[in-house]
Amino acid sequence: MDVVLWGVLPYLVVVTFVGGLVWRYRYDQFGWTTRSSQLYESRLLRIGSPLFHFGLLFVIVGHVVGLLIPEEWTDAVGVTEEMYHAGALGIGTIAGVATLSGIVILIVRRRRTGPVFMATTKNDKLMYAVLTSAIVAGLATTVVAFSQGSDAHNYRESVSVWFRSLFILRPDVEAMASAPVQFHLHVLIGLALFALFPFSRLVHAFTAPLHYLFRPYVVYRSRDRRPTPGASAPRRGWDPVGTRDRDPSTRR
Amino acid sequence: MRVMAQVAMVMNLDKCIGCHTCSVTCKQAWTNRAGVEYVWFNNVETRPGQGYPRRYEDQEQWRGGWTLNRRGRLALRTGGRAKRLLSIFASPVQPELEDYYEPWTYDYETLVDAPLGDDFPVARPKSLITGKDTKVTWSANWDDNLGGTSELGHLDPIVEKVRRESEDKIKFELEKTFMFYLPRICEHCLNPSCMASCPSGAIYKRAEDGIVLVDQDRCRGWRQCITGCPYKKIYFNHKTGKAEKCTFCYPRLEVGLPTVCAETCVGRLRYIGVFLYDADRVTEAASVPDEKDLYEAQLDLMLDPEDPAVIAAAREQGIPADWLDAARRSPVYALAKKYRVALPLHPEYRTMPMVWYVPPLSPVVDLLRDQGHDAEDPGTLFGAIEALRIPIEYLAELFTAGDTEVVSGVLHRLAAMRSYLRGITLDEGADESIPAAVGMTGQAMYAMYRLLAIAKYDERYVIPKAHEERGHELEELGCSLDYDEGPGMYESAAFGEASGRPVPVAVETFHALRQRQTSEGISPAEEMRGRVNLLNWDGVGTPPGLFPHHDAPAGDEGGER
Ligand code: SF4
Ligand code: SF4
Repeated sequence: MDVVLWGVLPYLVVVTFVGGLVWRYRYDQFGWTTRSSQLYESRLLRIGSPLFHFGLLFVIVGHVVGLLIPEEWTDAVGVTEEMYHAGALGIGTIAGVATLSGIVILIVRRRRTGPVFMATTKNDKLMYAVLTSAIVAGLATTVVAFSQGSDAHNYRESVSVWFRSLFILRPDVEAMASAPVQFHLHVLIGLALFALFPFSRLVHAFTAPLHYLFRPYVVYRSRDRRPTPGASAPRRGWDPVGTRDRDPSTRR
Repeated sequence: MRVMAQVAMVMNLDKCIGCHTCSVTCKQAWTNRAGVEYVWFNNVETRPGQGYPRRYEDQEQWRGGWTLNRRGRLALRTGGRAKRLLSIFASPVQPELEDYYEPWTYDYETLVDAPLGDDFPVARPKSLITGKDTKVTWSANWDDNLGGTSELGHLDPIVEKVRRESEDKIKFELEKTFMFYLPRICEHCLNPSCMASCPSGAIYKRAEDGIVLVDQDRCRGWRQCITGCPYKKIYFNHKTGKAEKCTFCYPRLEVGLPTVCAETCVGRLRYIGVFLYDADRVTEAASVPDEKDLYEAQLDLMLDPEDPAVIAAAREQGIPADWLDAARRSPVYALAKKYRVALPLHPEYRTMPMVWYVPPLSPVVDLLRDQGHDAEDPGTLFGAIEALRIPIEYLAELFTAGDTEVVSGVLHRLAAMRSYLRGITLDEGADESIPAAVGMTGQAMYAMYRLLAIAKYDERYVIPKAHEERGHELEELGCSLDYDEGPGMYESAAFGEASGRPVPVAVETFHALRQRQTSEGISPAEEMRGRVNLLNWDGVGTPPGLFPHHDAPAGDEGGER
């Protein structure tokens, strides 16, 4: 069982994740968007969205540091286990709470604002469920660690070791199996999230427009090579107007 | 000097009757889809009025376009690149549906389906956003024809400004009010702020003709362009999550047809032609310190297509000869630069807009006539232009960043044309002192009259076709300009009629359309090689090829035309 969960599953997820992204990028450029709902409602969005996204950026940095940097390295530069944990817990909690409250605001907004709810697909709902549970489970590990004080499980000796071992294709299943159950849960939900990633609106993260900082303001391009709308079979975005497309049963 | 070609439009506002035909045909052509119900690539606003979306001209609120920063350099009003990336998670000033309107339809089905009863069934308004019952409270031109202006007129940002500057002079009293229509499409700016705000770089300007387009496959829905465009002519498709905008009907333009809005314009007030401009100097022109100099700076960018140096430079840049020829015959160049009667809309946004307007003389003429004056007499007209400050100030806020000199100059030329031509028409002879008074020759004035008043189809639209040999494919994959003139299509290939490469529908459709629109009668049979495109069939008669051939007696071939 452990081998399946910690030795096989991660690789399946990687294949789905990478394969899915490549597939989506090649075949669904048109669907690759944030699908913003700001047009319908922006008061709550203006609070929730930055809270969530900035919180998430910190969370991501935290994960990268915690998972990729071996304990020996931080030890070598004189950071003790206590110092590290205090820092990680502190920053992690703040970022985690910000992310969680951000997403809670966004979900409440999504449910309570009629038009936004109408524009929510099944895919979105699933994505929100998995994303929120991942955040909650992640925060749970932190809360447990808090309550145990200095006896807290040192994930850098279990989860991180396993995580790095994945990259050299010799998964250290024992290390992961030895971690407490809240970590198992968090990792599993995380894997689900990654498997879902390429097929949800989350893909917009991969086209974060950092090149904006460097490109010229005015873009010249020669005429397009792709067919014009009138010249091809109706594509998405060319549905007829009506209330039917608002009807969940006929909506895509 | 880097010469580039720009397809541009001029609208002669005096002739707009506010019929909204352009908006409707444009909508039918481009935004008749779910997700863009509220989108009007072309809209017609009554001025004074709030415009669409409401009060879009108030850049203090909407922060569109460019300003000069402290160092006098051109900067987006929303701030620098880093700042704008940091605010990407929630656009600070994006208009909401409320600022446009909630699109609706009617529940027509109940009219048919309702069970027999005592009450008449009613088609209730249904929101196209939620699908629920809704109350219709606003739309894209709720204040059409000054509707509600006595109550809401002060909300027009320009009225606000003119009032502030001239101490409450605009009153919406019936006898003192003035009104005109302002049809608006995307300006296809030379220095577009929508493009500059797009983080993904999905908005681009076509190098060949300057049309500004959104690449639907590269737009990621960051919606920064919506804030960026001061004219609010980029819209968010709430279904696909992508930005959409006026396309200048590029598939039509590529085969030499005018845009749908221009083609269907009832007042025949739209002109389409080519400008040659110096792309190297655009930023410089857009950064002149005084807003009132922006009009001149923009005019300066437009190069004289007769100038041998310009022609040589254009050749070097690979602009084809027929484009240069079109530039020489360009009605937009004539109106904007030769006669100087067309002005850009809101040059103070510093985007160098490429849809120009001949400001309306009618507010002045109407007021004169209503007061019992002779509205064609040059003396009266000239005097009135000086005296009627309010309409002039209002027009100046729209077209010249508040410079009333320029506007009244244009109106003088239009007024002179009116009087001069009245003399000619009434056989009083041409009074050459009238054109001289506004610095024109009688000949130029007559030519301007022809262009503005007679406005023949082929003088209004001088549109060179797209060129294949510039090294790019036309609009469809695998399409070459074998299709240039339409025939050549449906030629049987190696394996019988349906083999070979498919004929791009757009080419077929638009060529046939052009043929029909520019010739008398219905399109000749040879055009379609014995086939009929039903999209273009106007219902007149039975064109040959509508039905498959039987082994009919000879002579059937010609159809029943
Ligand atoms: S008017 Fe058109 S080209 Fe100019 S900024 Fe707006 S959308 Fe862009
Ligand atoms: S179709 Fe022509 S006349 Fe009618 S509203 Fe549009 S621009 Fe004005």
